[in-house]
Amino acid sequence: GKAVVGLASRKHQRTSGPVEVTVRDALNQAMDEELERDERVFLMGEEVAQYDGAYKVSRGLWKKYGDKRIIDTPISEMGFAGIAVGAAMAGLRPICEFMTFNFSMQAIDQVINSAAKTYYMSAGLQPVPIVFRGPNGASAGVAAQHSQCFAAWYAHCPGLKVVSPWNSEDAKGLLKSAIRDDNPVVFLENELMYGVPFEMSEDSQSKDFTIPIGKAKIERQGNHVTLVSHSRFVGHCLDAAAVLAKEGIECEVINLRTIRPMDVESIETSVMKTNHLVTVEGGWPQFGVGAEICARVMEGSAFNFLDAPVTRVTGVDIPMPYAKILEDHSLPQVKDIIFSVKKTLNV
Amino acid sequence: MKTMLTVISNALCRITGKNVGARVAVTRNFADFTPQVTFDIKKCDLHRLEAGPPVKAELTREQGLQYYRTMQMVRRVELKADQLYKQKIIRGFCHLYDGQEACAAGIEAAISPSDHLITAYRAHGYTYTRGVSIRQILAELTGRKGGVAKGKGGSMHMYAPHFYGGNGIVGAQVPLGAGIALACQYRGNNQVCVTLYGDGAANQGQLFETFNMAALWKLPCVFICENNKYGMGTAVERAAASTDYYKRGDFIPGLRVDGMDVLSVREATRFAADHCRAGKGPIVMELQTYRYHGHSMSDPGVSYRTREEIQEVRSKSDPISLLRERMLSNNMASAEEFKEMDVEIRKEVDDAAQFATSDPEPPLEDLCNHVFSNNPPLDVRGTHPWSKLKSVS
Repeated sequence: GKAVVGLASRKHQRTSGPVEVTVRDALNQAMDEELERDERVFLMGEEVAQYDGAYKVSRGLWKKYGDKRIIDTPISEMGFAGIAVGAAMAGLRPICEFMTFNFSMQAIDQVINSAAKTYYMSAGLQPVPIVFRGPNGASAGVAAQHSQCFAAWYAHCPGLKVVSPWNSEDAKGLLKSAIRDDNPVVFLENELMYGVPFEMSEDSQSKDFTIPIGKAKIERQGNHVTLVSHSRFVGHCLDAAAVLAKEGIECEVINLRTIRPMDVESIETSVMKTNHLVTVEGGWPQFGVGAEICARVMEGSAFNFLDAPVTRVTGVDIPMPYAKILEDHSLPQVKDIIFSVKKTLNV
Repeated sequence: MKTMLTVISNALCRITGKNVGARVAVTRNFADFTPQVTFDIKKCDLHRLEAGPPVKAELTREQGLQYYRTMQMVRRVELKADQLYKQKIIRGFCHLYDGQEACAAGIEAAISPSDHLITAYRAHGYTYTRGVSIRQILAELTGRKGGVAKGKGGSMHMYAPHFYGGNGIVGAQVPLGAGIALACQYRGNNQVCVTLYGDGAANQGQLFETFNMAALWKLPCVFICENNKYGMGTAVERAAASTDYYKRGDFIPGLRVDGMDVLSVREATRFAADHCRAGKGPIVMELQTYRYHGHSMSDPGVSYRTREEIQEVRSKSDPISLLRERMLSNNMASAEEFKEMDVEIRKEVDDAAQFATSDPEPPLEDLCNHVFSNNPPLDVRGTHPWSKLKSVS
């Protein structure tokens, strides 16, 4: 009796139903599936092949696809980013990995001037189907030069799509979409999220599962305040929402998923319901993602529904320090989100 | 009979000191011309190469006329652009190529349309040799909808199949070119990518990153440095610790070529492309050439070099004159033929300029188009929140 049921349920788990997958493995699956699907797709970057990836995101891919499709590069960001863009111009579909986006600054001219602007400058003659991916934002204890968030920098530029997944489904579905997109996509991962497991639905395990770029997701419904975030801090918002729920404050948590083009409509629809908006991000406040959301909400239909000014919760406006106590206080904590929500609601 | 005419015309020329030969020879038959001549060309300086391109080049009459036509067309288009710029019909940046025609013509003669080419901003000549009509080039310069990039790109951003511009950032085109070569290798199609840069760009770090990867991976990339002796206003001696640009690839073999002789350029490019196609990896070619104009239209070009120097190059090394003299002195064509071609070319250029000045500017509806490829239409914010513009692919 019991043994049979046990057998049946184990069998059920293996062939269908949700599974727990880390963000790292979700990214790996996405690349594996797209490499298999389209022979024009290839991956290049430092340590992506024989080392299995600096953060093991590309584990197993070199063994499966070989030197032609998984290419280890020397430490030459500007050079290999340019090579990747050239390959895209000639019709291949490169995935160009930056070990972290801090190093993309070496190559930023190729991302902006060679990739982002070319389709426009050529009036449609020359598309650039490339994905630039890698970890973005703060890690743990890596100090100022290795902790910057580039969401605002890249999202400033027309011609680029900028994607920032939070969980495993986001990671897999959005990376597949990015690779299939005929345009330059900056794909901002998060090192601290790589090892975090999330349940992935049965649908999301299909090889054709994609998430559309440019559409946000409501992770939690609520009526009192809208929290908008991207990447790791979506989790912080959900944690804050759980605490606030105990006090009778119901937060609606929006996971942006895409920074550019931003799904402002989802934010506005939510604000028209909740009348309060708090943005949460790891990046610096000035000229950031939250600043853009404020401006867009002010210019749009939701402004008249606000009962209070928009609040931005951001990283502290300083280079990232090293000492743990300082680092912890340089980024939004759950208590900062809770505090900001209550201030916004004036409770 | 024909030889007698030649004798008479030559005699008359000598006697009168004038070129009366043309009028005497008016009834000559094209069959009288020498169909093919083998010319001696300069030996190239070599770097890490056992052997270089041949020191003799064959030229048929047809080829000669074609190279002449190409170079003269580029010359006249550039001079027309100069004129239009001074009339303020062309705006912004305009980097002219006159003097360097043998490079573009010679390279194109050595590769095929299925090969690839990328260059920097002094790109009008290559845009033409890679197949864009002069109408579309001039209309792009004047910013009209009939321009090759519909007026969206301008002088530095013109494109065609297997021609990747036109690139404004000095040196950025070099890694791009290696990437195109990587695509050729990836596909195994035996194509090469010719990647051009100037003596100024030769000092960019990204070049050396690219040389490293191209050599490491044996990319079929022909790196070509068009050394016109000045990076903007800075003479090469003031910019480079080593002006042997053909050696700057270090572990990459190189050759230095007379860039004013279209035949030298052709033979060298053929040699270089063969090297790549044989799987030997990249190669660096330095073309020694010269630009008559300043760096761009905003540079008179005489503050950092003398007018005498410019005049000397014009009189002794002009690529178009060199070819014409070669063909004339070997009886491959007649002076009138060249004159006729010149007249034809001038007319074509004038017609193209007429089009370029009368074609309308792109419609405002086009403003936001072509931001993304193969994408559903999207909204673009205008200059203020009430301005909601549309972008289609």
